[in-house]
Amino acid sequence: MSLWEYANPARFMALSGRLLPWLTALAVAALGVGLLWGFFFTPDDYRQGATVKIIYLHVPSAMVAINAWFMMLVASLIWLVRRHHVSALAARAAAPVGLVMTLVALGTGAIWGQPMWGTWWAWDPRLTSFLILFLFYLGYLALWAAVDDPDTAADLTSILCLVGSVFAVLSRYAVNFWSQGLHQGASLSLDKEENVADVFYQPLLVAIGGFVLLFLALVLTGTRTQIRARRLKALVALERMG
Amino acid sequence: MPVLGKYAATVLGAYGLSLILIAVLVAWVLWRGRQVKRALAEAEARRAGQNG
Repeated sequence: MSLWEYANPARFMALSGRLLPWLTALAVAALGVGLLWGFFFTPDDYRQGATVKIIYLHVPSAMVAINAWFMMLVASLIWLVRRHHVSALAARAAAPVGLVMTLVALGTGAIWGQPMWGTWWAWDPRLTSFLILFLFYLGYLALWAAVDDPDTAADLTSILCLVGSVFAVLSRYAVNFWSQGLHQGASLSLDKEENVADVFYQPLLVAIGGFVLLFLALVLTGTRTQIRARRLKALVALERMG
Repeated sequence: MPVLGKYAATVLGAYGLSLILIAVLVAWVLWRGRQVKRALAEAEARRAGQNG
């Protein structure tokens, strides 16, 4: 059996219908455990005090915001190369989720930054590239809404997605590219010396898992909606033709 | 409830904002899904009625 068989909308609907209840339950469980563990059962940081608890929202939402765009990039490339409608619709379904995750990361970052840096906002490389990523999400959704023909909309948004990927990469690696600005380096690293302490790291991993599962559940739900909306549009067009 | 000290407003504000945004997102995705599903069921019923 090939992966491409799930590009068939009927097969995708059947598989996603079976997966969704499990994904949703796992997302709720992981989010609940990760956030409750992080909020109630972790100590304050010796420098950042209780504000360290924001890490369980800020880091997972930022990771999902960036990786959602990469998922959209892969889906867009599949659409451009193989013309599978499900992949274009999956990219469209991921965009609102990525947009909200970007907003959560920007909002929690501003709230966290105020007591730690003394400012809500700075034109720091990572913050600025993240703001541009947010604007790309808005532009991507606006372009889907503005173009009536779904195939043309998928083509144009796929190109926009390719361009926006530059800023998704910059959002991830801005701290490494420019050794300046207020934002610290990565909180999670394969290098144990650079990682956050285990007491914060373990609940953070669970919270990240919860955010990723929530993203997957919402994208699957959104893709199913987009597939139905496409079918609905075709039926309405048939009715109008008499 | 953990003792958040002078950062209580900061931490609770971050959690409140995030949970509201995520709740609105989840509610919108579910609402839109139900709306489209219902409209499609109606359109398919009309089509089935026309065909026979």
